[in-house]
Amino acid sequence: MCGIVGLFLKDKALEPKLGEMLTAMLITMTDRGPDSAGIAIYGGERAGRTKIVVQSDTPDLAFAGLDAKIGEVVGGRVTMSVKSTHAILDLPTGTTAKVRAALAGFEGAIRLMSRGDSLEIYKEVGLPRDVAARFDLAQMSGTHGIGHTRMATESAVTTMGAHPFNTGDDQCLVHNGSLSNHNSLRRKLRRDGIHIETENDTEVAAAYLTWQMQNGLTLGDALERSLDDLDGFFTFVVGTKDGFGVVRDPIACKPAVMAETDQYVAFGSEYRALVDLPGIENAHVWEPEPATVYFWSHSQAPTRTEKAA
Amino acid sequence: MQTVDLQETGLRALNKMLHAQSETTNQTAWEILNPKGAHAIACGLNAPIEVTVKGSTGYYCAGMNQHATVNIHGSAGPGTAENMMSGTVVIEGDASQYAGATGHGGLLVIKGNASSRCGISMKGIDIVVHGNIGHMSAFMAQSGNLVVCGDAGDALGDSCYEARLFVRGTVKSLGADCERKKMRPEHLEILQDLLTRAGSDAKPEEFTRYGSARNLYTFDVDNASAY
Repeated sequence: MCGIVGLFLKDKALEPKLGEMLTAMLITMTDRGPDSAGIAIYGGERAGRTKIVVQSDTPDLAFAGLDAKIGEVVGGRVTMSVKSTHAILDLPTGTTAKVRAALAGFEGAIRLMSRGDSLEIYKEVGLPRDVAARFDLAQMSGTHGIGHTRMATESAVTTMGAHPFNTGDDQCLVHNGSLSNHNSLRRKLRRDGIHIETENDTEVAAAYLTWQMQNGLTLGDALERSLDDLDGFFTFVVGTKDGFGVVRDPIACKPAVMAETDQYVAFGSEYRALVDLPGIENAHVWEPEPATVYFWSHSQAPTRTEKAA
Repeated sequence: MQTVDLQETGLRALNKMLHAQSETTNQTAWEILNPKGAHAIACGLNAPIEVTVKGSTGYYCAGMNQHATVNIHGSAGPGTAENMMSGTVVIEGDASQYAGATGHGGLLVIKGNASSRCGISMKGIDIVVHGNIGHMSAFMAQSGNLVVCGDAGDALGDSCYEARLFVRGTVKSLGADCERKKMRPEHLEILQDLLTRAGSDAKPEEFTRYGSARNLYTFDVDNASAY
């Protein structure tokens, strides 16, 4: 069991409250996943700038003077804000790969949580309520976001085993379910040069999507292909710069409920997660069909395959 | 009428109150406010009382029901009326997966659509769905009647035994060992009775009956791939 929540805002007036609404939804899903929690939130995109979120178990050591060190690496202005074990680094566009390579040489075992122009991922071990408080998630604004509460089945309860997983620039994945062919798929992907850090099954699914997209598929097509190549149970929610997508395996025993109003599209593993959203009484509420890829996007009307992804 | 606000009373206290009602109770009408998708509301009832839930429910609402009537004025989560023994459960909205699973008796009415695995392993319950049902419905269904006024999804009635399946619309695909059957007068009679009790004005003649081809009952090596 795990819990997934997602919120895609159509009404800009709600953007300052995105963090607050998502946090409440996340905490409601604690019963489904008390081991660790994470949130991916999209917003704050600025021309000429991009960002990464990094994590360290020893933040005092790792983040001391990190902005200056990275400024030297990229030869440009870098700003940093530290939130508990995470630091958000604001970088000049196009420098992410260089920074990522340099991080390995720094002290404090710095790990990349997310990269992208608008994406920020925060995740840690602990109850969703505590994780949310640690990063002050309720205060965050944004256009859309997804969250996950984990009940671990396939690998250890660690920060790196927590969801969301970053699959590419401004892309991330959360998963409810378990994959049964992740070991063989991990070996195959590693042979193809894909970096996979843990023994976690969802990281393999994330790496699989990254690999398919490196080979030229869109995110929508990569998700379609995952229905053939991934064996096991899954409800996936993927975040993109413009919105989010949902796909369930053909058996679809992992729950999923969607709600749509003029103001938002929301996803919850259970209806309970949606009950405090504004206007939920009159929302269109339904379950996504099995083996069907859905996308909601700010850039276009809802469609099966994401143009921009 | 006893009115209980679930947000104030709490789930265990509510269910305890409902369980305390005996066959001879005079508190026969209950209304539950603010269900907010909570799990296991009005589970395990065992008295001829009528409970109306004003809103949508989570997992296992009205599970194991005996004698009671439970009305859900909203949509219902997974496993609603699971293993019902008798009584009536009416869902005004949609039902999530495995509604009425393993039910032994009573009547489950879903006025909207039902999701996957509706009536899985049903053992005597009657289920009437006004809308459509999802895939793998009536899987291993043993007895009872499943009536679908709309369409059925993939693999209807896979490996079913003696349950009767009636579908008015289309069936996306039939499961292993499920076949179309002839509608006889006694079936029309059963169907008319169920439709009337479920408040549907559909005509029995508009339905097609499906059931077990009885080829998978006993082991036959030629069927090995179908087991």
